Amino acid sequence: MSYLIGEAMTGGYGGVDILHECTIAVDKGEIAVIVGPNGAGKSTAMKAVFGMLDIHTGNILLDGEDITALTPQARVAKGMAFVPQTNNIFPSMSVEQNLEMGAFLRTDDINTTMEEVYQLFPILREKRNQNAGELSGGQRQQVAVGRALMTQPKVLMLDEPTAGVSPIVMDELFDLIIDIARTGLSILMVEQNARQALNIADKGYVLVQGRNRFTDTGQALMNDPEVRRSFLGG
Amino acid sequence: MESWLNAFALLSNFVIVPALAYGSQLALGALGVSLVFGILRFSNFAHGDTMAFGTMVVILFTWWFQSMGISLGPLPTALLALPFGIFFCALFVLASDRLVYRFYRKKRADPVIFLIASVGIMFVTNGIVRFIIGPDDQNFADGERFIIRARDFKEMTGLAEGVSIKLSQGITFFTMIVVVAAVFWFLNRTRSGKSMRAYSDNEDLALLSGINPDRVVAITWIIAAALATIAGTLYGLDKSFKPFTYFQLLLPIFAAAIVGGLGNPLGAIAGGFVIAFSEITITYAYKRFAGYLLPEGMQPDGLVQLLSTDYKFAVSFIILLLVLLVRPHGIFKGTGV
Amino acid sequence: MKSVIRNVSYFLIMTALIVVVGQYQSWNLALSILNLCIISAIMALGVNIQWGYAGLFNVGVMGFAALGGLAALLISMPPVGEAWSAGGVGVAFGVLSMLVTIAAAVFTFRSLARGKLRMLAIIIVCIIGYLVSRAIFDPATDAIEKVNPAATGYLGGMGMPILLAWPIGGLFAGAAAWVVGKITLGLRTDYLAIATLGISEIIVAMLKNEDWMTRGVKNVVGLPRPVPYEINLQRSEWFIDLCARLGTEPVTFSSIFVKLCYASLFTVVLLLILYLSEKALRSPWGRMMRAIRDNEVSSNAMGKNVTARHLQVFILGSVVVGIAGAMLTTLDGQMTPASYQPLRFTFLIWVMVIVGGSGNNWGAVLGGFVIWYFWIQAEPLGVWFMNVITSNMDAGSALRAHLLDSAQHMRLMTMGLILLLTLRFSPRGLIPERTGHR
Repeated sequence: MSYLIGEAMTGGYGGVDILHECTIAVDKGEIAVIVGPNGAGKSTAMKAVFGMLDIHTGNILLDGEDITALTPQARVAKGMAFVPQTNNIFPSMSVEQNLEMGAFLRTDDINTTMEEVYQLFPILREKRNQNAGELSGGQRQQVAVGRALMTQPKVLMLDEPTAGVSPIVMDELFDLIIDIARTGLSILMVEQNARQALNIADKGYVLVQGRNRFTDTGQALMNDPEVRRSFLGG
Repeated sequence: MESWLNAFALLSNFVIVPALAYGSQLALGALGVSLVFGILRFSNFAHGDTMAFGTMVVILFTWWFQSMGISLGPLPTALLALPFGIFFCALFVLASDRLVYRFYRKKRADPVIFLIASVGIMFVTNGIVRFIIGPDDQNFADGERFIIRARDFKEMTGLAEGVSIKLSQGITFFTMIVVVAAVFWFLNRTRSGKSMRAYSDNEDLALLSGINPDRVVAITWIIAAALATIAGTLYGLDKSFKPFTYFQLLLPIFAAAIVGGLGNPLGAIAGGFVIAFSEITITYAYKRFAGYLLPEGMQPDGLVQLLSTDYKFAVSFIILLLVLLVRPHGIFKGTGV
Repeated sequence: MKSVIRNVSYFLIMTALIVVVGQYQSWNLALSILNLCIISAIMALGVNIQWGYAGLFNVGVMGFAALGGLAALLISMPPVGEAWSAGGVGVAFGVLSMLVTIAAAVFTFRSLARGKLRMLAIIIVCIIGYLVSRAIFDPATDAIEKVNPAATGYLGGMGMPILLAWPIGGLFAGAAAWVVGKITLGLRTDYLAIATLGISEIIVAMLKNEDWMTRGVKNVVGLPRPVPYEINLQRSEWFIDLCARLGTEPVTFSSIFVKLCYASLFTVVLLLILYLSEKALRSPWGRMMRAIRDNEVSSNAMGKNVTARHLQVFILGSVVVGIAGAMLTTLDGQMTPASYQPLRFTFLIWVMVIVGGSGNNWGAVLGGFVIWYFWIQAEPLGVWFMNVITSNMDAGSALRAHLLDSAQHMRLMTMGLILLLTLRFSPRGLIPERTGHR
């Protein structure tokens, strides 16, 4: 039984449906990656799982519990964390204050968690008092992910975390994502850089026009000739 | 040497001391406007009349206290009435938010719509204030008038020019420092304050972090009402209370907020003093001042006044235009533009 | 078709309301209201051009109207010879010196490189230029004001027909709009709003204080008229005959006749401006303006210079307001700087635009009529209402006196409420903007 599953989701932003019976699932400690061509509905699928989009058909289950009706904030309280693609930090607040804001809903001592985040992202410790808006693109992504980790989530959802960063930074970020998954977190990720993402994925979902097209382990998808032809450039 | 001291005393009495007081009042007003702009994202044209409303309540309570014989000794009784004024003003703005602005917030309407709505609220507030207390001048100051009188100063220093500091000016400056410190402490050190800054910085992310938007909005309005009431009361104690004057203060207050950087609290304070000092230095008649500094033969004939006092808000306006031309973000980077 | 019927019926209802006033109160009053309705409608049209075509929030309507009034004065009043000889030359040189200062500042701006030195240089040029101009100006204006202050004390005008003042007033307003617009357009709408508020306060302050130009708060009365005077009418043969045939009495009818003359003049102007506005709206230019308003980013990307277009619209709208301002002063027959009050002027016009239908010219006109009518009628209604409420109170009570006194402030509150209610429940107004899908 998957830890988090969005089953047969169908819905859209206005009158028109973008997702058609789309299913996305991730197990404990697993990295699941959603890839596909532009306009395939990847980000939409993830937003639907997080509750930022209304689906009229389908269910979202977290650890067996039906959370389809919950607001995004309520889902955060249940242990889900979401890192948007853009606008994902508080630019005029310091790195440390950004992390504090991430833990806003927590009433207990957050210092241990902050220590853990600083250990994961040592450069943030260095720049803890600097305004987050002044950091480079890659460092900002680290702040964004760190902020999400402050709630001690069970599932971390990332919307195109490597968008707009250089290849070296992208590698570093993927390494960090693997480290995070090793601590027991489930990771659901939408990615444009299909090849690198599938490389580290336990499960891969290829979406085309809002539907599941291919679902398999990351390695299997990488080796599948049809997938390679369509999306990975041979 | 003595003529230099006299000249400086003259300047202090007619320019520096009044500008510090007026600057404090503008700073508090601009801080309220900047906060509302930064967090609620619109220019609140009703702020001047909100100041009038808060001050009106303070005046009514002051009169009531005075009639009961309650007083604060040398300090103005109005200070005792201040908390009541803040309370009712806060209720009033919260009601106006609930009845008017909330609808447009939920709809994510364009900021111009909020601006027009604030004009409507300005009308209504203005009407209510005039209805309750009338459009005329009201004086409600009592207690000691001066901290130091001109003639005492002259006796102490032996100078020809005296410097007098009114109690209301001293209270204004002192209160401004206390209030500004409190607001900055709140915004930077408390959980609520930081959540408000987060909300202002990135609304969607703040919501995702679990910050309650209704609470942020309510606290913003309460602080704005408090700032408005305090600024209005201090202004009324220092000069006098007349509903129309508070509407006119809108221009220098907004000029101060924009010059400092709309949405930036530090900028609002700085802007307030920039505008106040400019207004007063440019409209002061320097004849006597020049008289002290220039040699005998070069005494000026005219008033040596750059601009007549009738045009004092022209000063705020010109400074505003200059800032918009040269550096629209303001002195400290604001969230506007 | 249904909407046309509905709109026409709105206008018919308005006409009926005015006729009601005529029947039950007096025809003189009805015609006064009508004249002011027409002028308000033109002002609302001007504001609507700025708001409806470009989404600009102009809070300084009062100032632009005041410039129109100034034009009326400067064009039509006879020149005061003595004042001109006392200070005319000085004033002319003062103005020249100010223009030279501005030219010098612009020259400094263009010739020096960007940076602190350039800013410093410009500031010094401006300060010196200002001081020099004042040195020339002040003695001249003092001299002018000393010439017979009780009756004149100012330069007077050009002694030309007052109808000329109407387009000239538009021109003045357009020039002021150019200055404000050039600086504040392209920034947030809030900044334009504050800037227009500021400039209107300054314009009115100048009118109140520059006695040498406008007699300040002493006012200029007896502006020449484009229509006959009642006294002359009462004495002329053809008029007396007309009255005999109509069965009315020359004295009362003369004032009615004068008002009718104004009404026809004003209506001609209104129809002309309305026609031009509608034509512009339907033209390619109008469509482009609306496209810009609806999606600035795309328009910019397509190469349309949004700021330049906004400036055009801002100027055009202000010109219309200026014309209306000149008309208003003509109707009043005097130029009273103190009468320009922002709450009554600027904001009332805005209520007209919002209630009538923002974005629709006919709506703005209707709004002008409706709101002005109710504004005027609200006063007697308010007093009547207060009388009813206080009728049970003790005759000498302070509360009663206070309530009766405050009746007039109810008007402001009511206007505010009308604005808020319309904005919330009927934001498109009585006659909404036509989105041409037909």
